[in-house]
Amino acid sequence: MRIKKITFNLLIHLLLISVAITCLYPLLWMVSASFKTQGTIFKDISLIPQQLHFDNYLFAWQKGGFGRNFLNSIFYTTSVVFGIVIIASLASYAFSRLRFPGRSLLFLVFITAMMVPVPGSFVPLYVLLNKLHLRNTPLGYILCMINVGLSTSIFLFKTFFDKMPKELEDAARIDGCSKMGIWWHVMLPLSKPVLAVVVVFNALTVWNEYILALIIFDSRKFMPLQVALQVFQGEFVTNYPLLMAGLTITALPVILVYFLMQKYIVKGVTSGAVFFILLSLNVFVIL
Amino acid sequence: MKFKSSLENYAFILPAILIFSIFYIYPFIQVLFLSFFDWDGIVSFKDATFLGWGNFKEIIFDDPIWWQAMRNAGYITFIALIFQNILAFLLAWACDRQIRMKNFYRLIFFIPPVLSEIVVGIAWRFIINDVEGANIINRMFAAMGHPNFIHSWLSDPKTALTTVAIVHCWKGFGWGFLIFLAGLQTIPRELYEAARVDGANAWESFKKITVPLMIPVTVLVAILTVLGSMQAFVLILGLVGGEFAGHTSVPVLRILSSMRGSSRFGYACAQGISFGMVLVIISFIQYRFSKKVTE
Amino acid sequence: MKEQSSWALPGLFGLRGAIPKVMFYKSHGKFLLIALGLLLFMSGCGNAKNDASKPSVSISVWHWMTDREPALQELAKKYVAQTGVKIDFELFAPSEAYSQKIRAAAQGKNLPDIFGVLGEKKTLSSFIKAGHVLNLTSYMAENNNAWKNTFFTEALAVNDYAQGNSYGIEPGIYGVPIDIMTIQMLYNKTLLKELTGSGNPPTKFEDFIALGPKLKEKNMQGLVSGWGEGWMIDCLTNNYAFNIMGKDKVLKTYKGEVSYTDSDWVKVFSLFKQMKDTGVLATGVVTMVNKTAEQLFASGKAVFAFNGSWCVNVYKGMNPNLNYGVMLPPAATDKAMSIWGGAGSSFMINAGSKNKQEAVKFLKWLTEKQQQESLSTVTSNLPANKNSLAQLPAILAEFSRNMGLSTHPNAWDVSEFTSVTENLDRGVQSIIIGEKTPEQVAVEVQRVKERELVKKMIN
Repeated sequence: MRIKKITFNLLIHLLLISVAITCLYPLLWMVSASFKTQGTIFKDISLIPQQLHFDNYLFAWQKGGFGRNFLNSIFYTTSVVFGIVIIASLASYAFSRLRFPGRSLLFLVFITAMMVPVPGSFVPLYVLLNKLHLRNTPLGYILCMINVGLSTSIFLFKTFFDKMPKELEDAARIDGCSKMGIWWHVMLPLSKPVLAVVVVFNALTVWNEYILALIIFDSRKFMPLQVALQVFQGEFVTNYPLLMAGLTITALPVILVYFLMQKYIVKGVTSGAVFFILLSLNVFVIL
Repeated sequence: MKFKSSLENYAFILPAILIFSIFYIYPFIQVLFLSFFDWDGIVSFKDATFLGWGNFKEIIFDDPIWWQAMRNAGYITFIALIFQNILAFLLAWACDRQIRMKNFYRLIFFIPPVLSEIVVGIAWRFIINDVEGANIINRMFAAMGHPNFIHSWLSDPKTALTTVAIVHCWKGFGWGFLIFLAGLQTIPRELYEAARVDGANAWESFKKITVPLMIPVTVLVAILTVLGSMQAFVLILGLVGGEFAGHTSVPVLRILSSMRGSSRFGYACAQGISFGMVLVIISFIQYRFSKKVTE
Repeated sequence: MKEQSSWALPGLFGLRGAIPKVMFYKSHGKFLLIALGLLLFMSGCGNAKNDASKPSVSISVWHWMTDREPALQELAKKYVAQTGVKIDFELFAPSEAYSQKIRAAAQGKNLPDIFGVLGEKKTLSSFIKAGHVLNLTSYMAENNNAWKNTFFTEALAVNDYAQGNSYGIEPGIYGVPIDIMTIQMLYNKTLLKELTGSGNPPTKFEDFIALGPKLKEKNMQGLVSGWGEGWMIDCLTNNYAFNIMGKDKVLKTYKGEVSYTDSDWVKVFSLFKQMKDTGVLATGVVTMVNKTAEQLFASGKAVFAFNGSWCVNVYKGMNPNLNYGVMLPPAATDKAMSIWGGAGSSFMINAGSKNKQEAVKFLKWLTEKQQQESLSTVTSNLPANKNSLAQLPAILAEFSRNMGLSTHPNAWDVSEFTSVTENLDRGVQSIIIGEKTPEQVAVEVQRVKERELVKKMIN
């Protein structure tokens, strides 16, 4: 009996480890490729490069626009996440707790929007931004990206709020809290798990986005990191080691954000139609 | 008083509605409008021809490649639903039990979703391909003593799509894993204790406790998998370079091809709208199904 | 039900935890706002600085040529020193994204002074019809065709619309080529010698495919090319079509006067079947994008490659010691082989630009001998200026040698329907992977063609 249990546990560990290896291998390949040269990157198949070319990272940093564009990406990501958290949670609070005519209909519209990808919408969007004099401005891009993650975030928040017990809000209301106050002091702080989810996924989306940025911005000084990285995917020559170095640097902040937020995510995410994030992540790619 | 209250409530949704109408509804209506025209996206719109339902008719009756693309996307989704989610569930269940190294696995399993699709495509192509790659998969088979499994996975049209589907699963299982794990962790331990006291063995408690309580989460993951997998395309470009004579065509690639290559912007809009409709219908069916099951 | 109770607990304690969290938001929120404000301010500042030091005239150029960006920036510096006119190069890559940006900008009436229109001549025609492209014929004709005569005729041809062209465009020259290219076959000299002993590249098709069994014997890969991308297949198919039936018949087919089921076309398709059957093609050639094919050839894993002259720069970067040569695709008949060649990249001037004269002046300067030579040296491209060939490295000179045999779809007066071309390319891919016969493909392509002709008549 004990032997059965031990073998069972062993098998489980085997499964976990083998999956972990397949997860790690491409990441390790990317990192190891970033230390190789254009000549050896596809010839040398071992994970440990024969020569470590640390200067790839230096070049990638300089040519990949990591100074200005890196800051841009951080700026856009924080602004968009900040904007979405505020706007979506406000709206979701209303959808969840407040009464007003057209509530269900409006919510339904948001949900459907989540599911219908609109490829080609970048042209009308571009013309619109132009008319609003928001083209080639950070504000224009940020507003567009807020919209991109809005439906899903609203859905997430609302589902979460629906499950929260009303007693706390009632208590706060009795204490004289306004609706706004309830939102700020009660709903938001208690929604740490879904907040973490919204932060991670919107951050991931904005951080990896590049097509919309390329179309909206004309000047290099506004471009986010992903657009700047394209410089390594030349028309004829792809500088793979530099590209890998650039992508490695790019992946790090996201992994960091995930690392910081993940304990909240797992603690709180439960049933009730959460993550249309998978959808939104793929939707944004099409834009 | 009630009116004032309603007005106040509208204020909460105002920013969302504003942004949504300007940046989603308005372009959407334009795209919908354009889908009824034959327009290349460049010449003045005055020169565009009104086609009525022409584009849609063509999509339904006269575009076998589109339906092949839909079938391929459906195949990838099918594989994802089965392979990806079963794997995710198994891993989540394993991590739910084991306390040791749980955080380590949680971090590692989420790396694939975080990596950009470009990297995933290049890296996996390198790993799988025998001609210009490292041919690692085939070497593994040889090392494990199964030389008859050696195959040109990505170069053979018969296996290319399946290989793409598997890599897609690899990239996506991290999400499912996370959701399943979270779901499993909300099942109170007392239930398992009580079941053990009652004499139930591991399998029975799994069947009677875990499965029923996880159904809503499972349906949720299923919905997400469908929506995400139907729209996969960047991986295909990295792994097989394109549509591989139709074997790896997917709807998004077809839409992009209409926009860029054929310069049939109106047609691309129509394709996009049709695709969106299909996704909505599928999602709502799944959603209804999930509501029924949870009741 | 169960979940609700599990909410209450964190809820009660959560309030206590909520307070530090709220304070976190409150105190750090201020930081965030200040940081955001600073960044906004900084970006605004950057703007102001640029405006203050703006010289009188500034030309904006949008391009997609990543490999040339440093060289172009250098040239911009040189130009402003010489003339005081500032050139603003902005790079948008990759080229598909560039095309989308140009289209969006065209809609938004926001095109820069100088830009490029990539792709088919049909696309350029649409841009011209929409009024975005300046007609350059008069500038080219100045001083007895001074500017025009600096170019290879093939280079101008893709930007030129002849009298009575089927695009409905007023005849004239609408673009300036800044480099040229040809697409031919390459062979790895070392590997070929190993394969055949003599090392002489095959000139006839029969000799070429006869190498198939030898390749298999020695476990070598034959021809690599980016045939995952439709247009590369289209190129070789077209080359052989010209070789077998001549330019006129091919153009007649496009016009709809000759059917694709004609025996000559079936012959063209069968060539690919023969290549596949004898094993002279590399494994998985249909799953390769051009860059993958280049990788393979550069690393010495393939004996032949079908690629354009831009590959010289690529191979130089990946394997400077590669010992290779250029050859024409082996002819299938006794007639001369045809290849694609002509303008590599071209720039157009925005018809609505406020700085037309300066833009023209700049493009004239860019295509002068000195600038062409410097561009060519840095990026190993063939110059569009026919007087700049002196400094070419040997391998590039080989590429330019057959310029006279070259043609290009964008130089012809008619074009095929995109859906027909796409279907043809896909059909050839199917032949290569052994799923369709040449006859089947011919029938299918013709069917699509007839459908398109009907649509055209209705409209």
